[in-house]
Amino acid sequence: MSERTVIGQLGRRQLLALGGTAAGMGALAACGGNTGRSTSTTSGGTSATSGSSGSSSAGGAKPTLQQWYHQYGEAGTQQAVEGYAKAYPDADVKVTWKPGDYDQTTAASLLTSSGPDVFEYGNGPTIDMIKGGQVADLTGLLGDADSDFNPAVLKRMTYDGKLWAVPQVIDMQILVYRKSMFDKAGVKPPETIDELITAATALTTDKVKGLFLGNDGGVGLMGAPMLFSAGLDYLDETGGFGFDTDSAVAAFGKLREMFTSKYLLQAAPKDWYDASALTSGLTAMQFTGLWTFPSIEKEIQDDYGAIPWPAMPGGKKSVVVGAYGSCVNAKSANVEAAKAFVKWLWVDQTDKQLDFATAYGFHIPARASLVPQAKTLQSGPAKDAAAAAQEFGHAQNSILWTPKCATAFGDMMTNIVKNGADAKAEIAKVKAIAEAEVKRVLG
Amino acid sequence: MTATPVSLGRRLRGRQNQNLWFWVFVGPFVIGLVVFIYVPIAWSIYLSFFDAYNTVTPTRFVGLGNYADMMRDEAFRSSLSTFVVFAAGIVPTTFALSLLTALLVARTRVMQTFFRSVFFLPTACSYVVAALIWKMSIFAGVPSGMVNAGLALAGHDAIPFLSLTRPPWYWLVIVSARLWLQVGFYMILFLAALQRISPTLYEAAAIDGAGSWQQFRFITLPQLRPTSAAVLLLLLINAFQAFDEFYNILSTFGQYPPYARPPLVYLYYVALGQGQDFGHGSAGAVILTLVIALSALVFNRFVSLRGES
Repeated sequence: MSERTVIGQLGRRQLLALGGTAAGMGALAACGGNTGRSTSTTSGGTSATSGSSGSSSAGGAKPTLQQWYHQYGEAGTQQAVEGYAKAYPDADVKVTWKPGDYDQTTAASLLTSSGPDVFEYGNGPTIDMIKGGQVADLTGLLGDADSDFNPAVLKRMTYDGKLWAVPQVIDMQILVYRKSMFDKAGVKPPETIDELITAATALTTDKVKGLFLGNDGGVGLMGAPMLFSAGLDYLDETGGFGFDTDSAVAAFGKLREMFTSKYLLQAAPKDWYDASALTSGLTAMQFTGLWTFPSIEKEIQDDYGAIPWPAMPGGKKSVVVGAYGSCVNAKSANVEAAKAFVKWLWVDQTDKQLDFATAYGFHIPARASLVPQAKTLQSGPAKDAAAAAQEFGHAQNSILWTPKCATAFGDMMTNIVKNGADAKAEIAKVKAIAEAEVKRVLG
Repeated sequence: MTATPVSLGRRLRGRQNQNLWFWVFVGPFVIGLVVFIYVPIAWSIYLSFFDAYNTVTPTRFVGLGNYADMMRDEAFRSSLSTFVVFAAGIVPTTFALSLLTALLVARTRVMQTFFRSVFFLPTACSYVVAALIWKMSIFAGVPSGMVNAGLALAGHDAIPFLSLTRPPWYWLVIVSARLWLQVGFYMILFLAALQRISPTLYEAAAIDGAGSWQQFRFITLPQLRPTSAAVLLLLLINAFQAFDEFYNILSTFGQYPPYARPPLVYLYYVALGQGQDFGHGSAGAVILTLVIALSALVFNRFVSLRGES
């Protein structure tokens, strides 16, 4: 969601270099394997540890908890979370700040006994982590605050009636535009995709392109908002396939039209998660995240506005929201202590939640009662964005939409948008994979 | 040494402690090899027969199910076939370029050491670093990218090299990065082999009136055969194991496009990405290993047959 770097690859590169294909493949498995194999003994050790920590806690010593975060792009965030950890009275919390491929590292570490006790994960743990018993059930941790959390995000982190993560802050993706360029070209903020296309065409000049959707032309980013704007979803309420319709074909067709147009900015020095394409005047509109608003404000002051992704015929405007959820490792030696810490930080300590959401980049507090207190969200485009998230917010994906489905979806998007493949046939391919995956997960 | 029974201990250690020293030097590598290569290979094969989502100690045996799934997986098949084509292209290209550079450097009378170092230096560069330079500087899609700046001077519009698929400019980026990184290393191998060819052969050929092409064709090439075979085999394996520069040049936010996707990158997303599906990942790795082994065997047979004829 916020910025991640590509440079974390060295470790894996060396690993793969070690023994090529099968060996490389297995090397990681074996790292996990050494400890995974001794799960039974570890759990024996675990009970011993918790026993000793139990007895030592009688003596007054605090348990030690490892907490992992991915590397947030905004300055000061790391110091902030370290400060929160230090302030916790009931355990000695050590924060690890992990640059690079956070999701992969974390997922791999959960196989071992050296994983974190508490960790954040995009939109909560994956369905396979839940099914595999890697994360602890956090049901009941929210207490009375249950109804105060953003329902869309909470629903995304719930499976089988149980809660698996506590939302930290809500991130959102939104379309931002340069007001001055709109005024000059005499265009209004678009309400529909067709208006967006007209506007983008009118805004394009020799130097400035109309629209920027990422360095891959929107392939990786725009599939979800386009589906939501067409009134569709990845999966329906019962886990059935959600977009084998003509409206989906039309929606993806619009992205193809944009990709082949003259008004789409194909490359910028920084990708969509940074607003520099907009602020440096390369584009008049850009799809990006709420977190970039402080830097936009710094560069171009109030010369910008924020609007939801426009509607397709038969649908309505959409805003993609997601949230990092705080999870507890089921293999942790101190599951109860870890749960208590998660409850303390992400449920009880509302002042820290507010600070985390607003003091560095802009995010929306996960608890609705905190939103009015978030000063950064009370005026200008940030206020519009927060209101749009409330009205048009749509969780980034479904919990049953597995990584395999996501890969198939990404392939489909590339084939349709970049290669002009037949959308209907491509959707059918994804449908076959997704239906098999849902069956596997639910079965 | 402590006072162990003399005869047995001494015999085990060998004359002048030879055996002891053998294990002191070789032991760490053997242990490393076993722990980091053989155990993982065996484990990977074991996992490939199990339903192993988010675990490396699976319990549900599925037989050859994972293999069947991977063979049915259109994305995996297409990555395999793409890389058969890729190997067919990149192996001869790298081979020819390395040989050419080696010949040029070997013939140079001035600053030979300098040129040798210059061509070899890229080998010392990290694939990741090179990939990032290629992606973000040389072939950056923005008008300020190095190549695009050159195109602008020639009055050409900027090309978004990594974004377009028609024409597939991304191959230019990847192949040029790969050649830059690899040619120097194989050049050194060829150079070493060239310097072992006895000058008397060339002198005799010159007396017989052989021109430079004939000398190359009938002396240099045959004399280089063992080195050529080794280089070709290494290149072949290398082509199928492509990962670093592809991943770092083409992967975008959380995904990798379905084109120019090496089998290893696809397997990485299956087994080591967010999807921790070790069963299918391992099955894919075993299939890939078999493909490499098979190609190498066929190739080796081909080379040795030619050697005999």
